[in-house]
Amino acid sequence: MTERSAAAARGGLTMGRPNLVEFADTLLALGREDRDVVVVTSDSRGSGKLTGFARELPDQVVEVGVAEQNLVGIAAGLASAGKKVFAVSPACFLTARALEQIKNDVAYSGNPVTLVGISAGVSYGALGSTHHSLHDTAALRCINNVDIVVPADNFETRSAVRAAAECPRPVYLRFGKKPMPDLHKPDASFRIGRAMRLRAGSDAVFVATGETVCRAAAAARALAERGVSAGVISMHTVKPLDREALLGAARGANALITVEEHSVYGGLGEACAAVLLQGGVRTRFRILGLPDEYTVTGSQEEIFRHYGISPEGLTELAGQLLNA
Amino acid sequence: MLDAQQLSLKSARYRRSILRLIKRAGAGHTSGDLSCVDILNVLYNRVLNVAPETFADPDRDRFIQSKGHSVEALYVVLADRGFFPESELETVCRFGSHFVGHPTRKVPGIEQNTGALGHGLPMSVGAALAGKMDARPFRVFTLLGDGELAEGSNWEASLTAAHYGLDNLVVIVDRNFLQITGPTEDVCALEPLEAKFRDFGYCVRTCDGHDVAALVQALESVPFREGRPSLLLARTIKGKGVSFMENDPSWHHGVPDEEQYAAAMRELDAAVAEREAEVAADD
Ligand SMILES: Cc1ncc(C[n+]2csc(CCOP(=O)(O)OP(=O)(O)O)c2C)c(N)n1
Ligand SMILES: [Mg+2]
Repeated sequence: MTERSAAAARGGLTMGRPNLVEFADTLLALGREDRDVVVVTSDSRGSGKLTGFARELPDQVVEVGVAEQNLVGIAAGLASAGKKVFAVSPACFLTARALEQIKNDVAYSGNPVTLVGISAGVSYGALGSTHHSLHDTAALRCINNVDIVVPADNFETRSAVRAAAECPRPVYLRFGKKPMPDLHKPDASFRIGRAMRLRAGSDAVFVATGETVCRAAAAARALAERGVSAGVISMHTVKPLDREALLGAARGANALITVEEHSVYGGLGEACAAVLLQGGVRTRFRILGLPDEYTVTGSQEEIFRHYGISPEGLTELAGQLLNA
Repeated sequence: MLDAQQLSLKSARYRRSILRLIKRAGAGHTSGDLSCVDILNVLYNRVLNVAPETFADPDRDRFIQSKGHSVEALYVVLADRGFFPESELETVCRFGSHFVGHPTRKVPGIEQNTGALGHGLPMSVGAALAGKMDARPFRVFTLLGDGELAEGSNWEASLTAAHYGLDNLVVIVDRNFLQITGPTEDVCALEPLEAKFRDFGYCVRTCDGHDVAALVQALESVPFREGRPSLLLARTIKGKGVSFMENDPSWHHGVPDEEQYAAAMRELDAAVAEREAEVAADD
């Protein structure tokens, strides 16, 4: 069985497309509707699945070559002159190499660029740590005036791209390149900053983001079979965090586990911990993400499994936490 | 010391090993490997004063591969030079292996962790500066891609290299005129490149980056000028040695299917046989 059909079988969900492809198609539709939509690439159009966009709308593409700092600076300039700019580059380079341009040219100067970090987290697998972005949420969370959105499935991706284009603030969008199961009903509603509850549960609740959400959903189903009621929240917006949804979920369950494809430092988990503690909520709590160590070599799936970011790992962790 | 014919034979064998490695790993930067393997061959078999036994020697020559994505070529050359057993190449990109898809210092013989472009030259400038400070005899060589030159860090480091007159620094550019998206001159034009480097203070030479004799000649005559950093523009063909990969951007990280692999191996086997015959005729 392929990874893809195996994942779908586990979840009993329909398998969608890679969020990357959903992003590219949504952006092309936006570009056709609005000639002010401009895409800036850094030798990244193939990786960003934007070859079609460049072929059809060549006048709405700016190519800067392998130069991420330049990419973000130019994107800020374009936005300052009224363009709806999407700066697209692998998340690792975009948010590390061009961090100062993000901080000053985009966020501080208030130029509403949409920064699109593709192949985020450990999507590049065995290409190693230069290509992983386990720092990006942490780095951007402490920069004022940039929203951080990490969509879980095609619906969230599509919605987030459209919302970002209209958002008056800078937005950082981050996703991977593996096909994702569809998690939402077609009539769901999406807003930046508003968490989406996939499943209610009174024993444990998973607050997850990005490509880990489908794994948390699979774990919740496995727990239900064992008589454990586990909820799942897709916290697609890591900043600004939906405090109400988080506090409500924590109050309604005996244990809360955050899950993210990011370092355990400075990401969703620590953001949630701060809200919970300061909100006076005491609960059994675990942060699951990539530990602070030299990341093991492997595919995204292998890395996830190694660190327990898998339906099996999450099921076990929830069991341990509830029995502790 | 290996002569040009023997080096050519090595290059032919390296190309075969690279393809075998990429096929087995199911991943790799195929055409960029084939573009720079002759340069790596000449560096490690003729030019660099470094060997497994001397890798800890503070006076060893340094090589920092800035275009880290061509790590498969580096792995093959380092294995052949005895830095680690050839059998280790079977673990490239496998779960738990230290052989990832970019250079890391976990692998014997590798100086620095690269893979994010635009880092090799600044680090090389730093190492060369340290050599000058301590009056040590080692030289620092770095290999850059041409698409990589869009990273501003290269030009910043070039200013420093010229400012400090680092004649113990040798920059080699794998000038294959291609990057991921397509031709460099369509993506982010670089020409006139020689003039740019000259203006930045390098003493520049150009050669055929697949002609091992020309590479030996150029790299054995560094510094090209006393008191100046040296820059070798090695004109190459991305995908060199496999006809259907040459100058085709889709092979940047393309992995051959069974049929393509067989076809490529036929060409590479023929090249090896031809070089073997040349070497034998000469003995
Ligand atoms: C900082 C950074 N940005 C982007 C990439 C992705 N990337 C890997 S190879 C490559 C193209 C490099 O082209 P070139 O330097 O010409 O290499 P070659 O043709 O020798 O393969 C790009 C953009 C990267 N590795 N590092
Ligand atoms: Mg090139």
